[in-house]
Amino acid sequence: MAAQNESGGNLSAVLSPEEQAGKDRFDAIIAEDSRIEPRDWMPEAYRKSLTRQISQHAHSEIIGMQPEANWITRAPSLKRKAILMAKVQDEAGHGLYLYSAAETLGTPRDVLNEQLLSGRAKYSSIFNYPARSWADMGAIGWLVDGAAIANQVPLCRASYGPYGRAMVRVCKEESFHQRQGFEILLELAQGTEAQKKMAQDAINRFYAPALMMFGPPDGDSPNSKQSMEWRVKRFSNDELRQRFVGMIAEQVKVLGLTLPDPGLHFDEESGKWIHKELDWEELTEVISGNGPVNSQRLERRREAHAEGAWVREAAAAYAAKMARKTEVA
Amino acid sequence: MSAHDIDHSLDSFGDTSASATRVTPGNALRPEDIAIQQTAPGEDVAQYALRLGDDALILAQRLSTWISRGPELEEDIALGNIALDQLGHARSFLSYAALAWDKTEDDLAYFREEEEFTALHIVQQPNGHFGTTIARQLIVSIFQHLLYTRLLDSSDETIAAICAKAVKEVDYHRDHAIQWTLRLGLGTEESAAKMRHALEILWPYVAEMFKDEPLYDALGDAGVRPSTLRAAWDEEITAVLSDAGLEIPKTGSAMSFGRQGEPSEYMGFILAEMQVLARKHPGASW
Ligand SMILES: [Fe+2]
Ligand SMILES: [Fe+2]
Repeated sequence: MAAQNESGGNLSAVLSPEEQAGKDRFDAIIAEDSRIEPRDWMPEAYRKSLTRQISQHAHSEIIGMQPEANWITRAPSLKRKAILMAKVQDEAGHGLYLYSAAETLGTPRDVLNEQLLSGRAKYSSIFNYPARSWADMGAIGWLVDGAAIANQVPLCRASYGPYGRAMVRVCKEESFHQRQGFEILLELAQGTEAQKKMAQDAINRFYAPALMMFGPPDGDSPNSKQSMEWRVKRFSNDELRQRFVGMIAEQVKVLGLTLPDPGLHFDEESGKWIHKELDWEELTEVISGNGPVNSQRLERRREAHAEGAWVREAAAAYAAKMARKTEVA
Repeated sequence: MSAHDIDHSLDSFGDTSASATRVTPGNALRPEDIAIQQTAPGEDVAQYALRLGDDALILAQRLSTWISRGPELEEDIALGNIALDQLGHARSFLSYAALAWDKTEDDLAYFREEEEFTALHIVQQPNGHFGTTIARQLIVSIFQHLLYTRLLDSSDETIAAICAKAVKEVDYHRDHAIQWTLRLGLGTEESAAKMRHALEILWPYVAEMFKDEPLYDALGDAGVRPSTLRAAWDEEITAVLSDAGLEIPKTGSAMSFGRQGEPSEYMGFILAEMQVLARKHPGASW
C-alpha cells in the first residue's frame, strides 16, 4: 500500500560532540546514498518521520484487508476464492513486516496499534471506499495494488535499511496481487454483458481514488522535499502518478474497457500524461474521516482487538507460566 | 481471446506465484491436474471423495471469516493459511468426485442444494469465539490427520495422492490447535472456562465423525471405516486435553446425519452466502 508522503522538522538545537559526530556520519551516509541502520545516530525528525510513514504504511496493509476479506466467502469460483484468500493473507504479512520495521525505530507495535484504533494515525484513504461488487476485487488488485507498486518500488531503496528491505519482500508479492486483479477483470471483460458492466463500473469507481493514492500535487506537498533529501522518497507525487497513469492507460486496452477519463492523453510537447482534474477536496474529506466507510473500517479493527483481548491475555499468562517452569527446572 | 493470449497479456505482471505466506510443496498434485486426469472414479469412490471434499470446503468457508478478525495479526495469517489448505483439499477431492459425473468442482460447490451436501455437522458449527474455533479445530484436525494418514494406503491412487499432500498440512493444523488448546486451557481462568464451554457445545457432534455407512462396504481398501479411527482419536485428544488441564465433556451425542443429506440449520446460511454470486450468473466463467 501507498504510504502517506509526509515528513518535517529540522534540527536547530546545539549538538554535543558525540551527536555532532553522529550527525556527520548520518549526513555522509545520506550523501553517498547508503543505508541508515537502527543503531546509527539519526536526527529525531528523521526517526519521527519514518516511524509515522512506516506505521501508516503498516496500518494501510491491515485496514486494506477488509474490503477484500469482505468477498472471500462469496467468491464465485473455488479457484478465485483460493487466490483471494492468499492475497488478503499476504497483506497481513505485509503489515507484520512493516510493524517490525517501524519497531526498530523505537516505538512498540502495541503503541502503533493504539494510534490506529484511537483514530490518531492515518492510513491510505483508498480503503475508505466500499467494495460492493466482485469486480471491485479486480479493480482493487489492478489499480490499488498497481498504484502501491508504483509507490513502493522506489521505496526499496529508501535510506532506512529495515524499511527498504521490508519493501523488497512486499514488492515481490504485490506483482502477484496486481496480476490476479487484472485477471479477474479480464475474465469479466470477456464474459457476459452483466459481467462486463460490473467490470467497467468498478474501474469507474476506483480510477480517481487510485490516482489520488499518490498524494496531493507536488505544489501542495510541502513535506515531500525533506523526505527526498533524506532519500526516503525518490520521486515526487506527480512523477509517480504520471508513471502509473501511463501504465494503466495501456493495460486498459487489453481489457477492452475504458478509463473514466475521456480526455486522458500523452502530451508529446511536455512529455506528460494529461489526466482529468482530481477532486482534492474529496481526498481531504476522506483523510479526515468522512469517506464512505471510514467509521466501519476502524470499528471492525476495534472489535477484533477487543474480542481478542482475552486470547492475548491467556497467551501471555501461559508464556509466563512456562518461563517460570523452565526457571525452576 | 484464447487462453494462451490471456496468459500472454499478463506477462508484464511478472512473477505469478509469489505469495510469501503460502506454503505449498513444489510438485504436489494440484486440483487443476486432477480435473484433467483421464481416470474418473467409480460411483462409490466419487461419493467418498465428495464427503471428504464437503467437510474440507465447509470448514474452509467457516475459517476464512477469521481473516481480518483474528485476536492478533499472526492468527489472521495462521487461520487464513489453515482455511486455504482446507480449501485446497476440498478442491482436489471435489475435482476428483466431479469427474465421475461429468461435472466440475464449481458445479459441486455452487450448484448443489443443501440436502445434496454431505458435510459432517461438526464443520458446519459456527466459529463462535476464538476458543470455539480452536476446539472445533482440535476435534477435526486430529480426526483428519488420522484419516489422511490411513488413506496414504488407499487402493485408489488419486485419493492416496491427495492425502499425501494434505496429511502434511493437517499435521500443522493439528499442531496449531494443540498449541492453542494448551495456551487457553492453562492461560487464565477466563480462557479455561471458555474452552470448557466450547468443548461442551461441540462434543455432541463428535460421534457423527466416526459413524460407518453402507458405503464403506462397497469401498473396500479405497476408504477407511471411520469407526476404526475412534480409539486412536480418543487417546490423542484425551492426552491433549489433560495436558491443557481440560477434560472430555460429559455431553451425549446429537442425532446428526450430515452424511445422509440432513444438514444443520446453519447450512442454508453458509450456502446462501457462498453460492449467491455464482448462482446470479449461471454459466458465467470467472
Ligand atoms: Fe500489501
Ligand atoms: Fe497487495
